[in-house]
Amino acid sequence: VSGLIGIDATLGAARPRVVGALLRYFRDLDRAEEAFQEACLRALQHWPRHGPPRDPAAWLIFVGRNVALDAVRRAQKQEALPADAALSDLDDAEAALAERLDDGHYRDDLLRLLFICCPPELPATQQIALALRIVSGLSVKEIARAFLVSEAAMEQCITRAKSRIARSDLPFEAPGPVERAERLAAVAAMIYLLFNEGYGASGGDAHLRLPLCEEAIRLARLLLRLFPAEPEIMGLVALLLFQHARAAARLDAEGAIVLLEHQDRSLWNREMIAEGHALLEKALRHRRPGPHQLQAAIAGVHAHAARAEDTDWAEIERHYAVLERLQPSPVVTLNRAVAVAKLRGPAAALALIEPLAVPLAGYFHFFGIRGALLMQLGRAEEARVAFDRAIALARTPAEAAHIRGHLDRLAAEAQAAQK
Amino acid sequence: MLYAILCYDDETVVEGWSKEQDDAVIAKRRRVQEKLAAQGRLGPVVRLMPTTAATTLRSGPEPLVLDGPFAETKEQLLGFYIVDCATLDDAIAAARELKADETGGAFEIRPLRLYRPGDGAG
Repeated sequence: VSGLIGIDATLGAARPRVVGALLRYFRDLDRAEEAFQEACLRALQHWPRHGPPRDPAAWLIFVGRNVALDAVRRAQKQEALPADAALSDLDDAEAALAERLDDGHYRDDLLRLLFICCPPELPATQQIALALRIVSGLSVKEIARAFLVSEAAMEQCITRAKSRIARSDLPFEAPGPVERAERLAAVAAMIYLLFNEGYGASGGDAHLRLPLCEEAIRLARLLLRLFPAEPEIMGLVALLLFQHARAAARLDAEGAIVLLEHQDRSLWNREMIAEGHALLEKALRHRRPGPHQLQAAIAGVHAHAARAEDTDWAEIERHYAVLERLQPSPVVTLNRAVAVAKLRGPAAALALIEPLAVPLAGYFHFFGIRGALLMQLGRAEEARVAFDRAIALARTPAEAAHIRGHLDRLAAEAQAAQK
Repeated sequence: MLYAILCYDDETVVEGWSKEQDDAVIAKRRRVQEKLAAQGRLGPVVRLMPTTAATTLRSGPEPLVLDGPFAETKEQLLGFYIVDCATLDDAIAAARELKADETGGAFEIRPLRLYRPGDGAG
């Protein structure tokens, strides 16, 4: 096989499905991954000569399984006879080919593979790193780069997470409807975290992290393909597409944050926005609102506005109000306050966020927004205090630089007033 | 005779292409399209959104609206070209040229029975 697109893209696309199926056979993540690697090596030898198979994933599952079973057999000749249980999987090789007809497994295999990456006791970054390694097949080096940590540190993080999985009971039984829904929600949450890991990044290193956003969109689409009628998964994909569509406009040439209202909207990716709208429309037909759909709807209102001043803030506030009822959280209220400020002025918004001071005492955006509202109200001294606090809480140089810009403006205004 | 050249491929593979790879395929195909257009043989060119954006209406006593493409297939219809060709051989040649240097997927070449370009879209 030669040409523009190598075998790599095919192997990469097949990976989640193949590793998922091999995991079901071997019930051992390391063995499943090794078998996949081995099958890929065979593919690289075989496909260029004979052309790629009609169903590359089925081919890889079949070969991966046989290669691994061969290894087991060879090892067993040198060791004591294995227990029957270990051999019970060694049934007719034909059965593996029948795999491709059996798409019922496929969905649960893939969901399981995604699900084992997100046990609730693992911290978010470990869940994400694990999914990138196991499901997406990114190298440790690539993941380390995206997380801006050393390769050794990332290797250790992934090894630790994997051994944790190996010690726990993997969920191999076919899930019931309730369990399936729970797994789906956990996986969707993990994908959203993955996206935010890339999206929240800013400053000089931001370009390194865009691949995280792209990978999150790929995984979200994969999930939607498995569950094509789930409105919340449609909402998730739409949300990620709307957000990612703005990537090129979010930072200026110096790497400084450009706020939504100041972004050059001609840089927004119209294809992604159109797809987001298409998915959101489909989702809304189900009349089963959920957090992802509402957040997507909000992002969609922004995407729809040709200019910042055309933004339908009333629509945005309505969506946030529903979201607040569905999933009460101080962060949601804070976001609603931004819409309220646009609709009814800074004083109303300030009153709305006053009760959030305690729950959001460590939240950068709370103080950024509070400072901006106070500044609009001409309460410069209080604004300065809020901005100082925001700078102390900033996670990236770009965030800090943005707030410093406000402080400079306040200082300039104070000086002008003195003259 | 007008022919449709229907492009099928595994959309998960196509989604896995990097932007550079995607751009390279588009640019390569565009050169062929420009040639066909210069000969006055190129009709509409369409690239479809992923099948996850699709909705299917299945007829029945109570027509069903379903999410997703109408069929679960390994390769999906991702787009098509309409090309004016004197013979099937010409159509195959055009398809071959469009598909040159690509490894995956398939083009289905299918003569058109009716063609009404309309003027409501685009």
